[in-house]
Amino acid sequence: MSDLEQFRAETREWLEANCPPEMRQPVRDDEDVYWGGRKATFKNGAQRAWFEAARDKGYTVPSWPKEYGGAGLSPAEAKVLRQEMSRIGARPPLSSFGIWMLGPALLKFGTEGQKKRFLNEIARGEIRWCQGYSEPGSGSDLVSMQTFGEDKGDHWIVNGQKIWTSYADQADWIFCLVRTDKNDKYRGITFMLFDMTNEGVSTKPILLISGNSPFCETFFDDVKVPKSYGEDVPGYVGEINRGWDVAKYLLGHEREMISGMGGGERTAAIGSAMKRVAGKTGDDLDPVLRSELALFDVDALAFTAMAEKFMDEMKAGKGHPAQPNMMKYVGTELNKRRHELMMSAGGSRALEWESEDTGGGKPSRNWLRTKANSIEGGTSEVMLNVISKRILELPGN
Amino acid sequence: MPLYHDEDQAMLADTASGFMAEEGNIAKQLRHWRDRDCKDGFGHGLWKQFAEMGFTGMLVDEDDGGLGMGHVEAGIVLEEIGRNLTPSPFLTSSVLAATALKSGGAEVKGRYLPGLISGDSVFAVAVDETAKHNPQRITTRAEKSGNGFKLSGSKSFVIQGASADMLVVAARTSGADDDDDGITLFAVPKDATGMSHDAVRLVDSSMATHTKFDSVELDGDAVIGEVDGGREILNAMLNAGRIGAAAEGVGVARGAMDMTIDYLKQRKQFGQLIGEFQALQHRASHLYSEVEIARAVTIKAQQLLDEGAPSAELMTSVAKAKVAKAAGLAVREGVQMHGGIGMTDEYDIGLYMKRDRALHEFLGDAYFHAGRVAELSGY
Repeated sequence: MSDLEQFRAETREWLEANCPPEMRQPVRDDEDVYWGGRKATFKNGAQRAWFEAARDKGYTVPSWPKEYGGAGLSPAEAKVLRQEMSRIGARPPLSSFGIWMLGPALLKFGTEGQKKRFLNEIARGEIRWCQGYSEPGSGSDLVSMQTFGEDKGDHWIVNGQKIWTSYADQADWIFCLVRTDKNDKYRGITFMLFDMTNEGVSTKPILLISGNSPFCETFFDDVKVPKSYGEDVPGYVGEINRGWDVAKYLLGHEREMISGMGGGERTAAIGSAMKRVAGKTGDDLDPVLRSELALFDVDALAFTAMAEKFMDEMKAGKGHPAQPNMMKYVGTELNKRRHELMMSAGGSRALEWESEDTGGGKPSRNWLRTKANSIEGGTSEVMLNVISKRILELPGN
Repeated sequence: MPLYHDEDQAMLADTASGFMAEEGNIAKQLRHWRDRDCKDGFGHGLWKQFAEMGFTGMLVDEDDGGLGMGHVEAGIVLEEIGRNLTPSPFLTSSVLAATALKSGGAEVKGRYLPGLISGDSVFAVAVDETAKHNPQRITTRAEKSGNGFKLSGSKSFVIQGASADMLVVAARTSGADDDDDGITLFAVPKDATGMSHDAVRLVDSSMATHTKFDSVELDGDAVIGEVDGGREILNAMLNAGRIGAAAEGVGVARGAMDMTIDYLKQRKQFGQLIGEFQALQHRASHLYSEVEIARAVTIKAQQLLDEGAPSAELMTSVAKAKVAKAAGLAVREGVQMHGGIGMTDEYDIGLYMKRDRALHEFLGDAYFHAGRVAELSGY
């Protein structure tokens, strides 16, 4: 048996012993997701047991080094773990912007002291982070952002406003783009880290068309942000005034993350599930809808192969560096189309907004939520601009 | 197995790409034979060169004198064939017929494989009986006769049928027209008495035949595999051909796309390069995405077929349908973005459009394969 097969066998055994059956059900709503942090509560004992087992094994962040709370898995081992988790439908034991966004940034740009402190806190689910990027006047044109940090020697005084801060009202800390030099657009931004309980930070949830409020407006009113949290733990990532490099790197990660949303092999094709949905209300699947579903499933299954190829190439250092933009564009457009078809298959039942039968209007709320997929983290139009410029190398700006 | 080419495969891709650009390019092959009204639609000289390159026997087992390679490798050659629109018997002979012959006995292998490997023989495949791909329905019949069979019926759109030294014919030896069982594959030699071809030229300048079998007498050695047990071999042959056609389609798509992107960087209107217009940039970027995905799922299906994975059949149909959609988009955008010259025979982009149309239809179009995806998924 090769080492990898051995690892697969051990992984299977470990998952069998540690992933409770309840944690092998598809995620139905946000309560099924464990986000960690100071204010976190577990929905049930199974969620807690699964999180704690994974945390102790380093499997909340399997490919991070062991000294930072991970399991130090090689790319091949991490792929085996993903496959084995996907095989039994295991939920992620811990989800967070720390894992998806700040972690990768610190691994690339952070100091040893930052990694030891912040990565361990993330891996252990102790601190929940949120991301302060967009501003009311700076959406697609993010680099025009105005939130300003005035240099006061050993700290900054930050004033301004962020918008679309995901779960800011539930987050403990924020990683935040702050302008520190008004004379240099790109080289005048610092990537700061600070506690949301600092005086002068306030949040206000935004009510969306889905009726949910996953995003906030976040206000900074004379917020004091220290330049250092101790030896080798700066209060910013990378260099002062070079935060845009970190932000650009992270946007790549965000696009990868969003491109995977609603994906995964188990949910890629929807035709057979939609036949069951139609059957439940006593309807036959309309023949024209069936054709649309079949053409969708072709696109969705083809995209799972693309996602696999993309991951394989990324791990091997192959593939175009701007490819995440393509994945984000296609993945989000596909997800919007998926939910349109799910609404059609569900018929009038899918329109119910509050009923118990629909879990409080899940079909329609989720459908509306997907419309943001191709806006957040870079619009589809921006993705197409980037592809044409960086991959196809078409002329102009 | 990672979803990209390993070192050996990358080397093969380099070799195939250089060879096809040099020897199989549009001026030297497609236009050359087309403009001479060639009855084969391809050059036998190039086919001999394919043999020298080791391409002809790629899928033939090493024990039978071939290279024992898989669909990933055959797909590498086919992608280059597609990119250069190279007319050749590779897909029908070295992929489809060679896959069928894997199930043949020593006698039928010994008779045909050496000629394939040396590039002296060309094979064709006769399955469809109507204008649309429908391998479920086989009405051509072979009746027992002495030690052999008598074959009667007709086949439609047999690619390169009149050029072939041997045709792999799917016939019914028992059961009703739409039955799964009761199919037998025969290797029918070109000089078989009672076989006649009506040749037609297709839109892409390739040649096909409507072939009639009028009590064609075949000896027992003409059977490939088991009598009445041909459905499985037929499916294996068709899936090999489908993923091969998908790989060639990826090449057509990439060839058309690259040509179009180049054109966007050269052509000026309104005092600027047309590639500066965002309306065209976004369409080009969308096209790029679709072609990348089509290529990814094609390699995925090739790997699954080579592994003999249960999901290979589903992913082969996904790939064939996805490539049909993506390559269709590539050639349509190609002609449109070229503007007026895209409509001229002198410019090559139109040739891509024609080849894509024929490849799309071959062994099942996007609708056929999307339908199969639905059936295989249980709806």
